[in-house]
Amino acid sequence: MLARSQKRPGGAPLSSDSWSLAADAAGDGDVAKLGRSQGTREGAGTGPVVIEARAVAKSFRIPEHRVDTLKERISHPFSRSEYRELCALRDISFDVHRGEFFGIVGRNGSGKSTLLKILASIYRPDQGKVRMAGRMAPFIELGVGFNPEMTARENVVLNGVLFGLGRRDAQSRLDAVLDFAELRDFVDLKIKNYSSGMMVRLAFAIMVQADADIMLIDEVLAVGDAAFAQKCMDVFHERREAGKTIVLVTHDMATVQSLCHRAMVIHDGELQYTGDPEDAALHYYRLNFAHEPAAGGDAVMAPDNDAVAVEINGRAVQARLLDDAGKPIANVEQGAPLVLDVVIEAARELEKPIFVVHVLNDDHVVVFGFTRRLDQLIAPGQRVRLRGEIENKLVPGRYAIDCWIRRDRGFGDMRVQGLRLIHFGVYGTAPRHGIVSLRTNVEPVLEPATDA
Amino acid sequence: MSTVEGDLTLRDVPGPSALGGGWKRSMELLYLLALTDFKKTYFNTALGYAWSLARPLMLFGVLVTVFTQIFHLGKVPHYPVLLLMNIVLFGFFQEATLIAVGSVVGQEAIVRKTQFPRLVIPLAVVLTALFNLMLNLVIVAIFVVASGVTPMWTWLLFPVVLALLIGITTAVAMIVSSLYPRFRDIAIIWTVFSTVLFYATPILYTVGNLVGHPTLRHIILLNPLAPIFELARKWIISPHAPSPAAAAGGYAQLLAPLAIYVGVCVLAVWVFNREAPRIAEEL
Repeated sequence: MLARSQKRPGGAPLSSDSWSLAADAAGDGDVAKLGRSQGTREGAGTGPVVIEARAVAKSFRIPEHRVDTLKERISHPFSRSEYRELCALRDISFDVHRGEFFGIVGRNGSGKSTLLKILASIYRPDQGKVRMAGRMAPFIELGVGFNPEMTARENVVLNGVLFGLGRRDAQSRLDAVLDFAELRDFVDLKIKNYSSGMMVRLAFAIMVQADADIMLIDEVLAVGDAAFAQKCMDVFHERREAGKTIVLVTHDMATVQSLCHRAMVIHDGELQYTGDPEDAALHYYRLNFAHEPAAGGDAVMAPDNDAVAVEINGRAVQARLLDDAGKPIANVEQGAPLVLDVVIEAARELEKPIFVVHVLNDDHVVVFGFTRRLDQLIAPGQRVRLRGEIENKLVPGRYAIDCWIRRDRGFGDMRVQGLRLIHFGVYGTAPRHGIVSLRTNVEPVLEPATDA
Repeated sequence: MSTVEGDLTLRDVPGPSALGGGWKRSMELLYLLALTDFKKTYFNTALGYAWSLARPLMLFGVLVTVFTQIFHLGKVPHYPVLLLMNIVLFGFFQEATLIAVGSVVGQEAIVRKTQFPRLVIPLAVVLTALFNLMLNLVIVAIFVVASGVTPMWTWLLFPVVLALLIGITTAVAMIVSSLYPRFRDIAIIWTVFSTVLFYATPILYTVGNLVGHPTLRHIILLNPLAPIFELARKWIISPHAPSPAAAAGGYAQLLAPLAIYVGVCVLAVWVFNREAPRIAEEL
């Protein structure tokens, strides 16, 4: 479970699309635990089946060179064999029960979004069958179908119908949507004049008020500011209690672990695992680690790939950045030190655990990292606090902090777990060259003329 | 909020199709989409409706000058008003089909990210063009009355002409919009072809003017639009004009354009149903 507790300290939000759902949902450790206890995992999978997928398969034809014009088609009438079949999904079967929060996780290109689009009736499966009970609404992206030239009022109705409401119904929910989005004063403003934050709020409000029995959501939630995020979380809990079914596609394991009753892991179009989110997370980490040792594990992380296994070692109950006064902040000014404050709860007995902290930039490049070892035996449930100052040489941009918890069992047997702790921004006006900004004293000086 | 204990019968998720998601929803989306387009056209430009009227009127002004002053087609009774009506009717066909070409691609986000009945997109284009046509027909009506055409009961038959025209327009719109994602040169081909059609349809002339050119007449009578325009002329402006059958030289001659008309409609349904499920993947 991730936790990030910064409430934006007033002023204009630096970036409104800076939170990940789970991170803000957690708010602080207590809320995080609340979410977990409300999770009623034991209750999941007992309701009636509302989504049933059987042996779903889908492949795309990728032309070797795209035949886009009639001339090409006519001049090469028999060149159809130049298609390459890309098998996006193979033999996927699963059930989702009513009231479940169901996660679909996988790496980029694993086929998870394709599966969601099949569920959403956007793609037709080549084989297999999907059946569904109740009204379904897909949310592949927030604000789809918004017409910038129209007012919020008109857009709400159009979008409501798009997401399965009747026209009258959509009209009658206008007030509820505007209240939820806190945009009542802007109802007759054209959408093109909205700020991106306002647009996101409106889109999300429509999604919530569309009140579908089954919501299919594709990582659209990674937007909005902290207060709004909290509101969204409340809504999700409320939806869940109301017996609505939510299918969420994501590659953020923290979201899955904190929100989902059950999760399924897809890899290369194949179903790897369906069941408990903790185990799903484990599968997912294993896949990631096995296939991409460089992503999170550098030489320090994985001295010998064969001996490294992934397991759940702990979870972050608190993760935040602080300012000089010790107040939590979401964004840091360029050059100001990063004060990290993280509390990790051990999930198992950890003998002399090693914490590897990585700061990644927007391109998932590890800008820098450091390793700390705690020479103690940590019992399950005990908490470890990582707190201290990090010199800030980062250029303005979006960053994330990961922590890898490593447990060395001796004889080269290594168990690691990656946790995404914090997303944050660095702001500043300095021109951005490269990925770090280092102090220099290089100055241009005019050379005296030589008579050579 | 709907009840938790809803209908829990599992139903097939059929995948995308021309009218997936039910008739009612499709109709509502059609209405809203067309309304949006219409508003965009008329409320975002300073002169709004005047612009859409200016185009056919200017074309009319040029053509009526050329063809009455230079080519002397003025022998056709009420030639100017006939020309205006023809231009407005053909304008509808041309506008709807040309805009339809890129319409599905233009609504890419909706097609790829929501469950959307594909047929609604070209239909909305036709519907928007139809709003436009209705407004323009008011002007035509004023011209018809002002130019001294005797009122007659056949005016009541005008909806038949309109229905025939809407039918073929919709069919062509369906074909070009569904093929465009795969064959991008449809856009150019159709632009050229619709211009050819403008001259291959009795707009500037009547079929009667073609008496001396039997080959040309045969070709033009293959055009399913030709009998529609001849009908409009007979029913609205000159009751003594020959009926389309008479102009063509017998009912048998009408079988060809009729067959083409039906063929285009059948082709439209077939092509659209074939393309609809995969359109999201082609974009």
